Amino acid sequence: MSALLTVAGVSKAFGGLQALSDVSLQVNAGEIFGPNGAGKTTLFNALTGLYTVDRGEVRLGGARLDGRKPHQVLKAGLARTFQNIRLFAEMTALENVLVGRHARMRSGVLGAVLRLPATRREEADARARAMALLERVGIAGHARRLAKNLPYGDQRRLEIARALASEPALLALDEPAAGMNPAERAALCELLLQLQREGLTLLLIEHDVKLVMGLCTRLAVLDYGVKIAEGAPQAVSRDPKVIAAYLGDAVL
Amino acid sequence: MSSVPEAKKHRWLTFGLLALGLALLPFLVDAGLGRSWVRLVDLALLYVMLALGLNIVVGYAGLLDLGYVAFYALGAYVYAWLASPHFGLHLPFWTALPLGALLAALFGVLLGAPTLRLRGDYLAIVTLGFGEIIRIFMNNLNAPVNITNGPQGINLIDPVRLGEVSLSQTQTLFGVAFTGAHLTYYLFLLFTLALIFVSMRLEDSRIGRAWVAIREDETAAAAAGIDTRNLKLLAFAMGATFGGLAGGLFASFQGFISPESFNLMESIMILCMIVLGGMGHIPGVIFGAVLLTLLPEALRYTGDWQRSLFGQIYVEPADLRMLLFGLALVAVMLYRPAGLIPSARRRREFADAAE
Repeated sequence: MSALLTVAGVSKAFGGLQALSDVSLQVNAGEIFGPNGAGKTTLFNALTGLYTVDRGEVRLGGARLDGRKPHQVLKAGLARTFQNIRLFAEMTALENVLVGRHARMRSGVLGAVLRLPATRREEADARARAMALLERVGIAGHARRLAKNLPYGDQRRLEIARALASEPALLALDEPAAGMNPAERAALCELLLQLQREGLTLLLIEHDVKLVMGLCTRLAVLDYGVKIAEGAPQAVSRDPKVIAAYLGDAVL
Repeated sequence: MSSVPEAKKHRWLTFGLLALGLALLPFLVDAGLGRSWVRLVDLALLYVMLALGLNIVVGYAGLLDLGYVAFYALGAYVYAWLASPHFGLHLPFWTALPLGALLAALFGVLLGAPTLRLRGDYLAIVTLGFGEIIRIFMNNLNAPVNITNGPQGINLIDPVRLGEVSLSQTQTLFGVAFTGAHLTYYLFLLFTLALIFVSMRLEDSRIGRAWVAIREDETAAAAAGIDTRNLKLLAFAMGATFGGLAGGLFASFQGFISPESFNLMESIMILCMIVLGGMGHIPGVIFGAVLLTLLPEALRYTGDWQRSLFGQIYVEPADLRMLLFGLALVAVMLYRPAGLIPSARRRREFADAAE
């Protein structure tokens, strides 16, 4: 398995709080990777360019990601969704996905005003891709509906479709199952596994332990910003350090 | 429900009538209301252009600009520098005008680069400051080197000459007399239609979608791959270009410019035009600009009406204008916050905010 994303010695402090201490881990191509523990969201945001790291390196397929702005991270191949859904509420589902395609399109002011053949081709192509993505995540029927009018589960799917529009190498999902009922959760799992089968690599933050154990190929556990375990779910769940961190030393 | 060919015929008919109306407008106004009203229509078209420009900045990209008049001023002064006795330069219309627009765009980028990281109120304050700075510069750059001629402004700006035709003199075509004001109307109308066209094309494009995304949720837009900084700069630059063009046209039309014409009230007025008319919606913006240009003039007549009705003036027309203006703003904010002719999207945005 080749490494797609490498995190090397990343540290991040917020004033007096050391959120991440010298964290190193590796996400391999084609797997579903789940960071867990205190510091996972900081790590997530550091990877996607929302925070800048104090020390360390992040590389996606060899190219450095740390220090880059969010749109540059997206262009490099890392797309993300948000924990509290951040769709463009007043745009239709189709338009939302089209915006996701922005970084892979090139037409600017001149193309827009003159509607050059290249621009028209690009637009038609983008629309076709967007419809295909809506179908892939199962919400093609909502294409012309406003994003805010979609049912909650479908809004999550739309966010994933928007992230996929940029053809990322790595899809980072921030608590995608939050607020879902068991049926929606199961459907989401199926979608994520399908995406993995199609060759996508996923980074998944999720509170639902059952979901994480069932879905992830490998996990990492952070204890107040320090990595204490990394590996397959079964091995990690039996790691004494992990048990101590989650249940307290007194249990052992 | 009409069949498709019927609907298409209906569209062409409306379009044809509108084109005819626009073509005949100066003559109708001249006959009905007098020559001064034709010049007023020309002025209204200038404000439509300005409103369209600010619409890109505020309406599309959601950037609150309170100093938009600065770009109007820059376009006007560049035109005056290049086509008047002030520096002895008399460049042709099609050279001086684009140069004015270009300088305005440049200043748009210069202003935007350091300030667009600010959000909301802070951006408004900075842009307001910029507007005032430009006006004060124009007012004071007359010593030691006389660049702007200070408060006296620049006079005797060359009127527009298109080939052989000078727009300051009455021309006769096909036996019909077109006065300067008439000719100016057609020129301004052409520019206005061009700017409407550009606005519409931008709105329905990758760039337009990106602007709406930034306006809706800047963080999500960045995460979706939009270079928010560059796109905000682009909105600023496009708005500035529209303003600069309108400024150059204004200078050639009026023949005289001074810093007084480019004060804070102007910026606020243009903003009111798009807020009242329908922010982000081209028909609304046009309506707002025309309304706020022509209505104050119409209210002047209330002086005569009061005299003929009551024998004396109880409320000065100038005060009445301000009173009505204030009432209109309050009423719109209460009952139609999305504007009088809002876009469907905006109406939804405001309806949701109210819930």
